[in-house]
Amino acid sequence: MARVAKLRIWRGDASGGQLHDYDVPWEEGMVLLDVLHVLQATQAGDLAVRWNCKAGKCGSCSAEVNGKPRLMCMTRMSSLDTTQPITVAPMKTFPVMRDLVTDVSFNFEMAKRVPAFKPPPRPPDGKYRMMQEDIDRVQEFHKCIECFLCQDVCHVIRDHPENKKVFAGPRFFVRYAALEMHPLDTNDRRELLKEQMGLGMCNITKCCTEVCPEGIKITDNAIIPLKERVVDEFFDPVRWVWSKVTGGGSKEG
Amino acid sequence: MSAVAPQASPTPIAARAPQRVDAWWVRPVLTVIVLAAFVVYATWAGMQNAYYWADPYLSPFYSPCLAANCAHSDVALFGDWWKWSPAILILWAPGGFRLTCYYYRKAYYRAFVWAPPACAVPDARAKYYGESRFPLILQNVHRYFFYLSIPILVFLWWDAFRAFRFADGFGMGVGTLVLLANAALLSLYTLSCHSCRHVCGGGVDRFSKHPTRYRLWKRLTVLNERHSQIAWVSLFGVALTDLYVRLVAMGTIHDLRLF
Ligand code: SF4
Ligand code: SF4
Ligand code: FES
Ligand code: FES
Repeated sequence: MARVAKLRIWRGDASGGQLHDYDVPWEEGMVLLDVLHVLQATQAGDLAVRWNCKAGKCGSCSAEVNGKPRLMCMTRMSSLDTTQPITVAPMKTFPVMRDLVTDVSFNFEMAKRVPAFKPPPRPPDGKYRMMQEDIDRVQEFHKCIECFLCQDVCHVIRDHPENKKVFAGPRFFVRYAALEMHPLDTNDRRELLKEQMGLGMCNITKCCTEVCPEGIKITDNAIIPLKERVVDEFFDPVRWVWSKVTGGGSKEG
Repeated sequence: MSAVAPQASPTPIAARAPQRVDAWWVRPVLTVIVLAAFVVYATWAGMQNAYYWADPYLSPFYSPCLAANCAHSDVALFGDWWKWSPAILILWAPGGFRLTCYYYRKAYYRAFVWAPPACAVPDARAKYYGESRFPLILQNVHRYFFYLSIPILVFLWWDAFRAFRFADGFGMGVGTLVLLANAALLSLYTLSCHSCRHVCGGGVDRFSKHPTRYRLWKRLTVLNERHSQIAWVSLFGVALTDLYVRLVAMGTIHDLRLF
Protein backbone atom coordinates (compact mmCIF):
# COMPACT_ATOMS: atom_id res chain seq x y z
CA MET A 1 0.00 0.00 0.00
CA ALA A 2 1.46 3.33 -1.01
CA ARG A 3 1.71 5.93 1.68
CA VAL A 4 2.62 9.55 1.32
CA ALA A 5 5.59 11.12 3.05
CA LYS A 6 5.84 14.84 3.58
CA LEU A 7 9.39 15.71 2.68
CA ARG A 8 10.79 19.09 3.53
CA ILE A 9 13.97 19.46 1.53
CA TRP A 10 16.55 22.21 1.62
CA ARG A 11 17.12 23.45 -1.90
CA GLY A 12 19.51 26.14 -2.94
CA ASP A 13 23.15 26.84 -3.63
CA ALA A 14 26.08 28.81 -2.24
CA SER A 15 24.09 32.03 -2.38
CA GLY A 16 21.29 30.71 -0.17
CA GLY A 17 18.24 28.53 -0.24
CA GLN A 18 15.13 27.42 1.58
CA LEU A 19 13.07 24.41 2.57
CA HIS A 20 10.63 23.08 -0.01
CA ASP A 21 7.72 20.78 0.80
CA TYR A 22 6.90 17.76 -1.32
CA ASP A 23 4.38 14.94 -0.89
CA VAL A 24 5.99 11.73 -2.13
CA PRO A 25 4.47 8.24 -2.16
CA TRP A 26 6.52 5.48 -0.52
CA GLU A 27 6.19 1.77 0.10
CA GLU A 28 7.20 -0.67 2.77
CA GLY A 29 10.90 -1.52 2.59
CA MET A 30 12.02 1.80 1.14
CA VAL A 31 14.85 3.86 2.53
CA LEU A 32 14.88 7.65 2.45
CA LEU A 33 17.19 7.69 -0.56
CA ASP A 34 14.60 5.63 -2.52
CA VAL A 35 11.97 8.22 -1.76
CA LEU A 36 14.28 10.99 -2.95
CA HIS A 37 14.75 9.07 -6.17
CA VAL A 38 10.98 8.84 -6.58
CA LEU A 39 10.83 12.57 -6.02
CA GLN A 40 13.58 13.15 -8.57
CA ALA A 41 11.81 10.95 -11.12
CA THR A 42 8.36 12.48 -10.67
CA GLN A 43 8.45 16.02 -9.33
CA ALA A 44 11.92 17.49 -9.02
CA GLY A 45 14.13 16.29 -11.85
CA ASP A 46 16.75 18.88 -11.03
CA LEU A 47 17.19 17.88 -7.36
CA ALA A 48 20.91 17.44 -6.66
CA VAL A 49 21.70 14.47 -4.44
CA ARG A 50 24.91 12.49 -4.28
CA TRP A 51 24.77 8.71 -3.96
CA ASN A 52 26.45 5.65 -5.32
CA CYS A 53 26.09 2.28 -3.66
CA LYS A 54 22.78 2.44 -1.80
CA ALA A 55 24.33 -0.05 0.59
CA GLY A 56 25.98 2.12 3.22
CA LYS A 57 29.43 1.50 1.84
CA CYS A 58 30.42 4.36 -0.45
CA GLY A 59 29.84 7.19 2.02
CA SER A 60 28.24 9.48 -0.59
CA CYS A 61 24.68 10.02 0.61
CA SER A 62 25.41 11.84 3.89
CA ALA A 63 22.82 14.45 4.86
CA GLU A 64 20.93 15.73 7.87
CA VAL A 65 17.62 14.03 8.42
CA ASN A 66 15.39 15.77 10.94
CA GLY A 67 18.50 17.61 12.09
CA LYS A 68 20.63 14.48 12.58
CA PRO A 69 23.59 13.63 10.36
CA ARG A 70 23.11 10.21 8.72
CA LEU A 71 23.32 8.18 5.53
CA MET A 72 20.10 8.49 3.55
CA CYS A 73 20.49 5.02 2.08
CA MET A 74 20.62 3.51 5.56
CA THR A 75 17.62 5.42 6.87
CA ARG A 76 14.57 3.19 6.60
CA MET A 77 11.32 5.05 6.09
CA SER A 78 9.77 2.81 8.73
CA SER A 79 12.26 4.18 11.27
CA LEU A 80 10.99 7.73 10.75
CA ASP A 81 7.80 9.30 12.04
CA THR A 82 6.00 9.64 8.70
CA THR A 83 3.03 11.41 10.24
CA GLN A 84 5.27 14.45 10.56
CA PRO A 85 7.21 16.27 7.84
CA ILE A 86 10.70 14.79 7.33
CA THR A 87 13.37 17.42 6.95
CA VAL A 88 16.35 16.67 4.73
CA ALA A 89 19.18 19.18 4.56
CA PRO A 90 22.77 19.15 3.31
CA MET A 91 25.61 18.64 5.81
CA LYS A 92 25.99 21.88 7.67
CA THR A 93 29.74 21.85 8.20
CA PHE A 94 30.67 21.94 4.52
CA PRO A 95 29.88 24.57 1.87
CA VAL A 96 26.81 23.79 -0.23
CA MET A 97 27.28 23.20 -3.93
CA ARG A 98 23.63 22.60 -4.75
CA ASP A 99 20.66 21.22 -2.82
CA LEU A 100 21.89 18.24 -0.80
CA VAL A 101 25.37 18.18 -2.31
CA THR A 102 28.21 19.74 -0.34
CA ASP A 103 31.84 20.44 -1.10
CA VAL A 104 33.79 18.15 1.22
CA SER A 105 37.26 19.12 -0.02
CA PHE A 106 38.22 20.27 3.49
CA ASN A 107 38.60 16.59 4.25
CA PHE A 108 40.84 15.95 1.28
CA GLU A 109 43.10 18.79 2.38
CA MET A 110 43.32 17.30 5.87
CA ALA A 111 44.06 13.88 4.36
CA LYS A 112 47.07 15.33 2.53
CA ARG A 113 48.51 16.56 5.81
CA VAL A 114 48.64 13.13 7.46
CA PRO A 115 52.31 12.02 7.53
CA ALA A 116 52.47 8.77 5.60
CA PHE A 117 53.12 5.28 6.91
CA LYS A 118 56.88 4.89 7.41
CA PRO A 119 58.11 1.32 7.88
CA PRO A 120 61.62 0.55 9.16
CA PRO A 121 64.30 -0.67 6.71
CA ARG A 122 63.54 -4.18 5.47
CA PRO A 123 65.05 -7.04 7.42
CA PRO A 124 67.82 -9.05 5.64
CA ASP A 125 65.35 -11.51 4.10
CA GLY A 126 63.34 -8.60 2.70
CA LYS A 127 60.14 -9.57 4.47
CA TYR A 128 58.21 -7.52 6.99
CA ARG A 129 56.54 -9.52 9.71
CA MET A 130 53.55 -8.66 11.87
CA MET A 131 51.65 -10.84 14.28
CA GLN A 132 47.88 -11.01 14.10
CA GLU A 133 47.43 -9.50 17.56
CA ASP A 134 49.55 -6.52 16.51
CA ILE A 135 47.16 -5.48 13.75
CA ASP A 136 43.81 -6.62 15.14
CA ARG A 137 43.24 -3.31 16.87
CA VAL A 138 43.66 -1.13 13.76
CA GLN A 139 41.23 -3.18 11.64
CA GLU A 140 38.36 -1.25 13.18
CA PHE A 141 39.79 1.99 11.84
CA HIS A 142 40.06 0.61 8.33
CA LYS A 143 36.28 0.19 8.17
CA CYS A 144 35.89 3.94 7.63
CA ILE A 145 33.87 4.68 4.47
CA GLU A 146 34.69 8.41 4.47
CA CYS A 147 31.11 9.54 4.72
CA PHE A 148 32.36 12.50 6.79
CA LEU A 149 29.31 12.40 9.01
CA CYS A 150 31.64 12.53 11.99
CA GLN A 151 33.32 15.63 10.59
CA ASP A 152 29.90 17.14 9.96
CA VAL A 153 28.58 16.57 13.47
CA CYS A 154 31.74 17.63 15.31
CA HIS A 155 30.92 20.90 17.04
CA VAL A 156 34.56 22.01 16.92
CA ILE A 157 34.15 22.86 13.24
CA ARG A 158 30.37 22.66 12.83
CA ASP A 159 29.73 25.58 15.17
CA HIS A 160 33.16 27.21 14.86
CA PRO A 161 34.22 27.15 11.20
CA GLU A 162 37.32 29.21 12.01
CA ASN A 163 38.75 26.05 13.64
CA LYS A 164 38.93 24.29 10.27
CA LYS A 165 42.44 25.66 9.88
CA VAL A 166 43.64 23.98 13.05
CA PHE A 167 41.53 20.85 13.48
CA ALA A 168 41.88 17.59 11.59
CA GLY A 169 38.56 16.19 12.84
CA PRO A 170 37.46 12.76 14.02
CA ARG A 171 37.76 11.00 10.66
CA PHE A 172 41.44 11.91 10.58
CA PHE A 173 42.02 11.11 14.23
CA VAL A 174 40.90 7.63 13.21
CA ARG A 175 43.49 7.69 10.46
CA TYR A 176 46.20 9.00 12.81
CA ALA A 177 45.35 6.32 15.35
CA ALA A 178 45.60 3.59 12.71
CA LEU A 179 49.09 4.78 11.82
CA GLU A 180 50.32 5.54 15.35
CA MET A 181 49.26 2.10 16.58
CA HIS A 182 50.61 0.28 13.55
CA PRO A 183 53.30 -2.21 14.58
CA LEU A 184 55.56 -1.29 11.67
CA ASP A 185 55.17 2.47 11.58
CA THR A 186 58.13 4.52 12.79
CA ASN A 187 56.74 8.05 12.42
CA ASP A 188 55.86 9.98 15.57
CA ARG A 189 52.86 12.23 14.93
CA ARG A 190 52.17 13.22 18.52
CA GLU A 191 53.59 16.73 18.36
CA LEU A 192 51.79 17.38 15.09
CA LEU A 193 48.53 16.17 16.63
CA LYS A 194 48.96 18.42 19.63
CA GLU A 195 50.27 21.52 17.87
CA GLN A 196 48.60 21.58 14.47
CA MET A 197 45.84 19.00 14.24
CA GLY A 198 43.85 20.24 17.22
CA LEU A 199 43.61 16.98 19.16
CA GLY A 200 43.27 19.08 22.31
CA MET A 201 40.23 20.85 20.88
CA CYS A 202 38.23 17.67 20.93
CA ASN A 203 36.34 17.60 24.22
CA ILE A 204 35.46 13.91 23.85
CA THR A 205 31.72 14.57 23.76
CA LYS A 206 31.37 11.57 21.42
CA CYS A 207 29.02 12.90 18.75
CA CYS A 208 31.34 11.50 16.10
CA THR A 209 30.94 8.05 17.64
CA GLU A 210 27.15 8.47 17.77
CA VAL A 211 26.81 9.15 14.05
CA CYS A 212 29.43 6.79 12.58
CA PRO A 213 27.54 4.37 10.31
CA GLU A 214 30.38 1.87 10.56
CA GLY A 215 30.10 1.82 14.34
CA ILE A 216 33.74 2.81 14.80
CA LYS A 217 34.30 3.73 18.44
CA ILE A 218 36.04 6.89 17.31
CA THR A 219 36.29 8.59 20.69
CA ASP A 220 37.09 5.59 22.89
CA ASN A 221 39.40 3.71 20.56
CA ALA A 222 41.07 6.41 18.50
CA ILE A 223 40.83 9.86 20.10
CA ILE A 224 41.26 9.04 23.79
CA PRO A 225 44.20 6.66 23.14
CA LEU A 226 45.80 9.41 21.03
CA LYS A 227 45.24 11.91 23.82
CA GLU A 228 46.90 9.47 26.23
CA ARG A 229 49.85 9.13 23.86
CA VAL A 230 50.17 12.92 23.73
CA VAL A 231 50.12 12.94 27.56
CA ASP A 232 52.99 10.40 27.51
CA GLU A 233 55.09 12.86 25.56
CA PHE A 234 54.02 16.26 26.87
CA PHE A 235 52.12 16.11 30.15
CA ASP A 236 53.58 13.31 32.22
CA PRO A 237 56.62 14.57 34.19
CA VAL A 238 57.36 11.17 35.74
CA ARG A 239 57.46 9.48 32.37
CA TRP A 240 59.59 12.34 31.06
CA VAL A 241 62.17 11.89 33.84
CA TRP A 242 62.09 8.14 33.33
CA SER A 243 62.68 8.47 29.59
CA LYS A 244 65.64 10.78 30.27
CA VAL A 245 67.12 8.31 32.76
CA THR A 246 66.69 5.29 30.51
CA GLY A 247 67.24 7.24 27.27
CA GLY A 248 64.30 5.35 25.78
CA GLY A 249 61.92 8.19 24.83
CA SER A 250 58.27 8.29 25.79
CA LYS A 251 57.00 6.16 22.92
CA GLU A 252 56.42 2.49 23.59
CA GLY A 253 57.39 -0.16 21.10
CA MET B 1 3.51 19.12 -4.71
CA SER B 2 3.52 22.25 -2.66
CA ALA B 3 6.62 24.37 -2.33
CA VAL B 4 6.64 26.61 0.73
CA ALA B 5 5.86 30.22 0.02
CA PRO B 6 8.91 31.97 -1.45
CA GLN B 7 10.74 33.96 1.16
CA ALA B 8 11.67 37.59 0.82
CA SER B 9 15.35 36.85 1.25
CA PRO B 10 17.19 33.54 0.83
CA THR B 11 17.87 31.46 3.96
CA PRO B 12 21.38 32.27 5.20
CA ILE B 13 23.74 29.33 4.81
CA ALA B 14 24.32 29.11 8.55
CA ALA B 15 20.61 28.68 9.18
CA ARG B 16 20.20 25.91 6.66
CA ALA B 17 20.44 23.03 9.12
CA PRO B 18 17.01 22.55 10.65
CA GLN B 19 17.12 21.77 14.36
CA ARG B 20 16.54 18.36 15.80
CA VAL B 21 12.93 17.86 16.75
CA ASP B 22 13.36 14.96 19.17
CA ALA B 23 13.70 15.39 22.92
CA TRP B 24 17.50 15.81 22.88
CA TRP B 25 17.34 17.95 26.02
CA VAL B 26 16.22 15.11 28.29
CA ARG B 27 19.71 13.69 28.76
CA PRO B 28 21.48 16.96 29.64
CA VAL B 29 18.68 17.84 32.06
CA LEU B 30 18.95 14.45 33.81
CA THR B 31 22.73 14.76 33.92
CA VAL B 32 22.52 18.20 35.53
CA ILE B 33 20.05 16.97 38.14
CA VAL B 34 21.97 13.83 39.09
CA LEU B 35 25.45 15.35 39.09
CA ALA B 36 24.35 18.46 40.96
CA ALA B 37 22.52 16.34 43.53
CA PHE B 38 25.61 14.20 44.02
CA VAL B 39 27.96 17.17 44.42
CA VAL B 40 25.61 18.83 46.91
CA TYR B 41 25.18 15.62 48.92
CA ALA B 42 28.89 14.74 48.90
CA THR B 43 29.88 18.27 49.96
CA TRP B 44 27.29 18.29 52.73
CA ALA B 45 28.23 14.82 53.94
CA GLY B 46 31.95 15.61 53.77
CA MET B 47 31.51 18.76 55.86
CA GLN B 48 29.39 17.11 58.55
CA ASN B 49 32.38 15.66 60.40
CA ALA B 50 29.95 13.36 62.20
CA TYR B 51 28.04 10.10 61.72
CA TYR B 52 30.59 8.58 59.35
CA TRP B 53 31.53 5.69 61.60
CA ALA B 54 29.02 3.11 62.75
CA ASP B 55 31.18 0.39 64.22
CA PRO B 56 32.46 -1.54 62.20
CA TYR B 57 31.42 0.51 59.17
CA LEU B 58 33.31 3.52 57.84
CA SER B 59 31.76 5.83 55.24
CA PRO B 60 33.75 5.83 51.97
CA PHE B 61 33.72 9.64 52.01
CA TYR B 62 35.97 9.48 55.08
CA SER B 63 38.21 6.64 53.99
CA PRO B 64 41.09 6.45 54.54
CA CYS B 65 40.67 8.62 57.62
CA LEU B 66 43.96 10.48 57.89
CA ALA B 67 43.54 12.75 60.91
CA ALA B 68 43.96 12.22 64.63
CA ASN B 69 40.45 13.59 65.18
CA CYS B 70 38.87 10.72 63.23
CA ALA B 71 36.17 8.65 64.87
CA HIS B 72 38.13 5.73 63.52
CA SER B 73 41.57 6.71 62.31
CA ASP B 74 43.41 4.61 59.69
CA VAL B 75 46.73 6.43 59.59
CA ALA B 76 46.88 9.66 61.56
CA LEU B 77 49.07 11.60 59.14
CA PHE B 78 47.51 14.80 60.44
CA GLY B 79 47.84 15.51 64.15
CA ASP B 80 45.55 17.19 66.66
CA TRP B 81 46.05 20.53 64.95
CA TRP B 82 43.71 19.36 62.19
CA LYS B 83 40.35 20.57 63.52
CA TRP B 84 38.21 20.21 60.43
CA SER B 85 36.39 17.35 58.79
CA PRO B 86 38.85 14.56 57.88
CA ALA B 87 36.85 14.03 54.67
CA ILE B 88 38.48 17.19 53.30
CA LEU B 89 41.86 15.43 53.45
CA ILE B 90 40.75 12.67 51.12
CA LEU B 91 37.68 13.64 49.08
CA TRP B 92 39.71 15.80 46.67
CA ALA B 93 41.39 12.68 45.27
CA PRO B 94 38.32 10.67 44.18
CA GLY B 95 36.66 14.00 43.35
CA GLY B 96 39.54 14.93 41.05
CA PHE B 97 39.51 11.44 39.54
CA ARG B 98 35.86 11.85 38.57
CA LEU B 99 36.23 15.49 37.56
CA THR B 100 38.98 14.66 35.07
CA CYS B 101 37.45 11.34 33.96
CA TYR B 102 37.02 11.14 30.21
CA TYR B 103 33.45 10.02 30.63
CA TYR B 104 32.37 12.67 33.13
CA ARG B 105 34.08 15.28 30.99
CA LYS B 106 31.75 14.28 28.18
CA ALA B 107 28.77 14.37 30.54
CA TYR B 108 29.41 17.79 32.02
CA TYR B 109 30.69 19.46 28.88
CA ARG B 110 27.40 18.53 27.33
CA ALA B 111 25.08 19.15 30.26
CA PHE B 112 26.65 22.10 32.04
CA VAL B 113 28.82 23.83 29.43
CA TRP B 114 26.59 23.08 26.43
CA ALA B 115 29.60 22.39 24.25
CA PRO B 116 27.49 20.94 22.66
CA PRO B 117 24.29 20.17 24.66
CA ALA B 118 23.53 17.30 22.25
CA CYS B 119 24.84 16.16 18.89
CA ALA B 120 24.09 18.58 16.04
CA VAL B 121 22.56 21.04 18.50
CA PRO B 122 24.52 24.30 18.40
CA ASP B 123 27.24 24.91 20.91
CA ALA B 124 26.48 27.72 23.35
CA ARG B 125 29.76 29.61 23.03
CA ALA B 126 31.01 31.97 20.35
CA LYS B 127 34.69 30.99 20.76
CA TYR B 128 35.90 27.49 21.38
CA TYR B 129 39.30 26.05 22.29
CA GLY B 130 38.29 22.80 23.91
CA GLU B 131 40.99 21.27 26.06
CA SER B 132 43.84 22.86 24.15
CA ARG B 133 44.38 25.78 26.56
CA PHE B 134 44.46 26.64 30.24
CA PRO B 135 42.46 25.74 32.31
CA LEU B 136 41.02 22.69 30.53
CA ILE B 137 44.45 21.56 29.36
CA LEU B 138 44.89 20.48 32.99
CA GLN B 139 42.51 17.58 32.29
CA ASN B 140 45.66 15.84 31.08
CA VAL B 141 46.60 15.09 34.70
CA HIS B 142 43.88 12.44 34.77
CA ARG B 143 46.30 9.50 34.93
CA TYR B 144 47.80 10.85 38.15
CA PHE B 145 44.38 10.75 39.76
CA PHE B 146 44.13 7.19 38.50
CA TYR B 147 47.40 6.33 40.25
CA LEU B 148 46.15 8.01 43.44
CA SER B 149 42.92 6.08 43.40
CA ILE B 150 44.71 2.73 43.69
CA PRO B 151 45.87 3.12 47.33
CA ILE B 152 42.43 4.51 48.15
CA LEU B 153 40.87 1.34 46.76
CA VAL B 154 43.13 -0.72 49.01
CA PHE B 155 41.71 1.16 51.99
CA LEU B 156 38.14 0.68 50.79
CA TRP B 157 38.67 -3.08 50.56
CA TRP B 158 40.27 -2.98 53.98
CA ASP B 159 37.16 -1.17 55.28
CA ALA B 160 34.97 -3.82 53.69
CA PHE B 161 36.89 -6.66 55.34
CA ARG B 162 36.92 -4.81 58.63
CA ALA B 163 33.15 -4.63 58.33
CA PHE B 164 33.12 -8.34 59.27
CA ARG B 165 34.70 -7.57 62.66
CA PHE B 166 32.02 -6.68 65.16
CA ALA B 167 32.53 -5.90 68.83
CA ASP B 168 31.30 -9.42 69.62
CA GLY B 169 33.47 -11.09 67.00
CA PHE B 170 33.19 -12.19 63.37
CA GLY B 171 29.87 -11.50 61.71
CA MET B 172 28.11 -9.97 58.80
CA GLY B 173 25.52 -7.26 58.57
CA VAL B 174 23.75 -5.56 55.69
CA GLY B 175 26.36 -2.82 56.08
CA THR B 176 29.10 -5.37 55.37
CA LEU B 177 27.43 -6.17 52.05
CA VAL B 178 27.00 -2.49 51.31
CA LEU B 179 30.70 -1.80 51.90
CA LEU B 180 31.72 -4.82 49.83
CA ALA B 181 29.49 -3.76 46.95
CA ASN B 182 30.86 -0.23 47.12
CA ALA B 183 34.48 -1.42 47.04
CA ALA B 184 33.67 -3.69 44.09
CA LEU B 185 31.92 -0.94 42.13
CA LEU B 186 34.71 1.56 42.74
CA SER B 187 37.26 -1.05 41.69
CA LEU B 188 35.36 -1.64 38.46
CA TYR B 189 35.20 2.10 37.87
CA THR B 190 38.96 2.47 38.40
CA LEU B 191 39.86 -0.55 36.28
CA SER B 192 37.64 0.58 33.41
CA CYS B 193 39.37 3.98 33.28
CA HIS B 194 40.82 5.01 29.92
CA SER B 195 44.15 6.00 31.47
CA CYS B 196 44.35 2.60 33.14
CA ARG B 197 43.70 0.93 29.79
CA HIS B 198 46.43 3.03 28.23
CA VAL B 199 49.16 2.58 30.83
CA CYS B 200 48.48 -1.12 31.22
CA GLY B 201 48.83 -1.88 27.53
CA GLY B 202 47.14 0.58 25.17
CA GLY B 203 50.35 2.54 24.66
CA VAL B 204 52.10 -0.49 23.19
CA ASP B 205 52.27 -0.82 19.39
CA ARG B 206 53.56 -4.37 19.14
CA PHE B 207 51.41 -6.45 21.45
CA SER B 208 53.19 -9.64 20.38
CA LYS B 209 56.29 -8.39 22.16
CA HIS B 210 54.35 -7.76 25.40
CA PRO B 211 51.99 -10.71 25.85
CA THR B 212 51.12 -9.97 29.48
CA ARG B 213 50.26 -6.37 28.81
CA TYR B 214 48.30 -7.46 25.75
CA ARG B 215 46.17 -9.84 27.81
CA LEU B 216 45.66 -7.19 30.44
CA TRP B 217 44.67 -4.62 27.80
CA LYS B 218 42.14 -7.01 26.29
CA ARG B 219 40.48 -7.64 29.65
CA LEU B 220 40.48 -3.97 30.59
CA THR B 221 38.98 -3.13 27.20
CA VAL B 222 35.93 -5.23 28.05
CA LEU B 223 35.46 -3.17 31.21
CA ASN B 224 36.34 0.07 29.47
CA GLU B 225 33.47 -0.42 27.02
CA ARG B 226 31.12 -0.17 30.01
CA HIS B 227 32.91 2.70 31.71
CA SER B 228 30.01 5.15 31.42
CA GLN B 229 27.48 2.77 32.98
CA ILE B 230 29.94 1.83 35.73
CA ALA B 231 30.57 5.53 36.34
CA TRP B 232 26.90 6.15 37.11
CA VAL B 233 26.30 3.01 39.12
CA SER B 234 29.41 3.54 41.26
CA LEU B 235 28.45 7.18 41.79
CA PHE B 236 25.09 6.16 43.19
CA GLY B 237 26.81 3.35 45.08
CA VAL B 238 29.23 5.53 46.95
CA ALA B 239 26.56 8.09 47.91
CA LEU B 240 24.18 5.38 49.09
CA THR B 241 26.97 3.71 51.08
CA ASP B 242 27.65 6.96 52.90
CA LEU B 243 23.93 7.42 53.45
CA TYR B 244 23.59 3.91 54.87
CA VAL B 245 26.48 4.32 57.32
CA ARG B 246 25.20 7.78 58.24
CA LEU B 247 21.68 6.60 58.98
CA VAL B 248 22.98 3.68 61.06
CA ALA B 249 25.35 6.00 62.96
CA MET B 250 22.51 8.43 63.60
CA GLY B 251 20.34 5.64 64.87
CA THR B 252 17.69 6.36 62.23
CA ILE B 253 17.88 2.81 60.90
CA HIS B 254 19.11 -0.35 62.49
CA ASP B 255 21.78 -2.44 60.77
CA LEU B 256 20.45 -5.93 60.22
CA ARG B 257 22.94 -8.58 61.41
CA LEU B 258 22.91 -11.56 59.06
CA PHE B 259 24.99 -13.71 61.38
S1 SF4 C 1 34.35 13.53 20.40
FE1 SF4 C 1 35.78 15.13 19.72
S2 SF4 C 1 36.10 14.75 17.56
FE2 SF4 C 1 34.26 13.60 18.16
S3 SF4 C 1 32.58 14.98 17.70
FE3 SF4 C 1 33.13 15.32 19.84
S4 SF4 C 1 34.61 17.01 19.83
FE4 SF4 C 1 34.45 16.24 17.72
S1 SF4 D 1 34.86 7.47 10.90
FE1 SF4 D 1 32.74 6.77 10.58
S2 SF4 D 1 31.54 8.67 10.46
FE2 SF4 D 1 33.68 9.24 10.17
S3 SF4 D 1 34.00 9.27 7.99
FE3 SF4 D 1 34.58 7.23 8.69
S4 SF4 D 1 32.74 5.98 8.52
FE4 SF4 D 1 32.09 8.12 8.34
S1 FES E 1 24.70 5.59 -1.28
FE1 FES E 1 26.59 4.71 -0.66
S2 FES E 1 26.55 5.04 1.46
FE2 FES E 1 24.59 5.71 0.87
S1 FES F 1 38.06 7.37 35.40
FE1 FES F 1 36.84 7.73 33.65
S2 FES F 1 38.36 7.70 32.15
FE2 FES F 1 39.57 7.49 33.88
